[in-house]
Amino acid sequence: MKRHLTLGLAALLATSGLVHAEGVVNLYNWGNYTSPELLEKFEAETGIKVNVTDYDSNDTALARIRQGGHGFDIVVPSNSYTQTWINEGLVVPLDKSIVTNHGNIAPEWVDVDFDPGREYSVPWQWGTTGVIVNTSVFKGDINDAGIIFNPPDELKGKINVIPEMSDVMAIAIYYAGGEACTMDMDVMRKVRDMLVSAKAHWKALDYGTVDAHAAGDFSAGIYWNGATMRARLQNEDLAYGYPTTGYPIWMDSAMVLADAQNTENAMTFINFILEPENAAMISNFARYANGVTGSEEFMDEVMRNAPEIVAAPELMAAGRFSPACSQEVNDLQSQIWTEVLQ
Amino acid sequence: MKRDSHRWKWILVSPALLVLILAASGPLLIVAVYSFLSPGNMGGVAWDFSTDAWFRVFFKRDIFEPENVTLNADHLAVFQRTIWLSLQTTVICAALGFPTAWFIATRPANRRMIWLFLITVPFWTNLLIRTFAIQEMIRNTGTLNTALLWLGVIGEPIEMMYTDFAVLLGMSYVFLPLMVLPLYAAMDKLDFRLVEAGYDLYASRFQVLRHVILPLVKPGFIAGSILVFIPSIGAYVTPRVLGGGRSMMMGNLIGLQFGQGRNWPLGSALAMVLLVIVVVALVFYLRITTRETGGRDGQS
Repeated sequence: MKRHLTLGLAALLATSGLVHAEGVVNLYNWGNYTSPELLEKFEAETGIKVNVTDYDSNDTALARIRQGGHGFDIVVPSNSYTQTWINEGLVVPLDKSIVTNHGNIAPEWVDVDFDPGREYSVPWQWGTTGVIVNTSVFKGDINDAGIIFNPPDELKGKINVIPEMSDVMAIAIYYAGGEACTMDMDVMRKVRDMLVSAKAHWKALDYGTVDAHAAGDFSAGIYWNGATMRARLQNEDLAYGYPTTGYPIWMDSAMVLADAQNTENAMTFINFILEPENAAMISNFARYANGVTGSEEFMDEVMRNAPEIVAAPELMAAGRFSPACSQEVNDLQSQIWTEVLQ
Repeated sequence: MKRDSHRWKWILVSPALLVLILAASGPLLIVAVYSFLSPGNMGGVAWDFSTDAWFRVFFKRDIFEPENVTLNADHLAVFQRTIWLSLQTTVICAALGFPTAWFIATRPANRRMIWLFLITVPFWTNLLIRTFAIQEMIRNTGTLNTALLWLGVIGEPIEMMYTDFAVLLGMSYVFLPLMVLPLYAAMDKLDFRLVEAGYDLYASRFQVLRHVILPLVKPGFIAGSILVFIPSIGAYVTPRVLGGGRSMMMGNLIGLQFGQGRNWPLGSALAMVLLVIVVVALVFYLRITTRETGGRDGQS
């Protein structure tokens, strides 16, 4: 999920200062996702220098680490990939003698499907994939995926959908009345027909569109909550809708690699980001929630009551953790996806 | 003595040969092998022989009625769009490149290097950055539309982003120098006395262009067309950024299989198809050029 635009270089440059360091830790993370201030603070406190390298998709990261010889210590995959990393032995269990802040993980984020008890991973950030709408163009109910799949006239030709197959499929399947990763062919046929006819009304399937939404190039779209918030801070007319038929929740978690060169430093860093104050720095930078207890009080004012993060309980309840689909299901979805994008 | 120098030639050429074999043939071989394997879990390949990837390049088992096998219209549409957009790009580059190269070739000899140098300036900047710059120019609230709206030339922004027009604009801009340079090389060698002879024999300007200049610079056209067509076929960044990912070209279709589609064998098979298209274009090129020189040899 490339929800972080293309400005990762800034973070990289900020971390490459010539400071004497007692050691290093090599972080392999999503682009434009790591707060430079966080890294400065870590270095000041521990003397350990952090090098950040960007990736732009879960598949890229997994393929590169599987090859070996990468030199990274920490990786931050999404929930649907976390178990693959664990099952393939690419990551090691957390060293609880160093990760003493393990108890700071918010209770609802401890016993997660992808890593029960959090033996291997700690929360980095989490968010949702929903609908962005320009309320000056569309006046109706925004908590509705139909805006995208069966767009009203005023939105036709003004929609951007993130080219993230699994997210878009999940929202479409929920809207068609199915469960994520379903093999119910009646549902999938509906999904296929719906997507093919909806695409005629989509203007683009593009990633880094915060500015384009803010400038009014698009009037609606499927988008991530944090990215929507960044756009809304530039343009007050933008709002984030939570499709009541269902929408995906995701979480990226930090893990230590099995072939890490600096395992101890990596564990120290993992422990560091579980401090509420430090977790808040991550969120203040990328605008997503983090899953660490007590971090809210250190967050920017605009984050604390942001409608993209805090919503009415009945809207929050429609969110579902997107599981990783089996190869068979993924294959079916990518055939439909190819038909949509042909 | 002679054998010795022969051996030295081979020793000197061997590093280049080694690099070629390892860097070109090696990966190609891997791609070829991968195209006959099965998809691995979450990407990668499983070492089970399968021709399924090749079957799926061309045929499609209906998702909902598996016994119903048809030609894969989705893939064919992508191939067709790719070839069509690449041909259009080539024609646009030729149309724009010819006058440009002519302009340079007819400058005084000491100025030509400056003009040629200017042609290469865009290569100083990364392709992605140039593509995003075009996006800034042509988007609805971009430079061009804002200026035209302000001047009152148009009342509504012109929809240019995320269309085939945008893709063609981007590709033509990026590949234009690849057409200008070989055309210039051909014109540089052009004997202008032949042009004068044409005029002396009462040929009109058009006749001189048609019967004297064009035949003489034809090798430049052919070389330029090949240089533009081949990278156009494999374009990835331009259709994704300027086309908005709405309609795929082959590069994007292949990228999808290695990424979210998690079907590396299918991606490999599609990459081989791309290679075949390039080889066909090159064979076509060789046949045209050898026929040219062959004919001349026959006369001499």
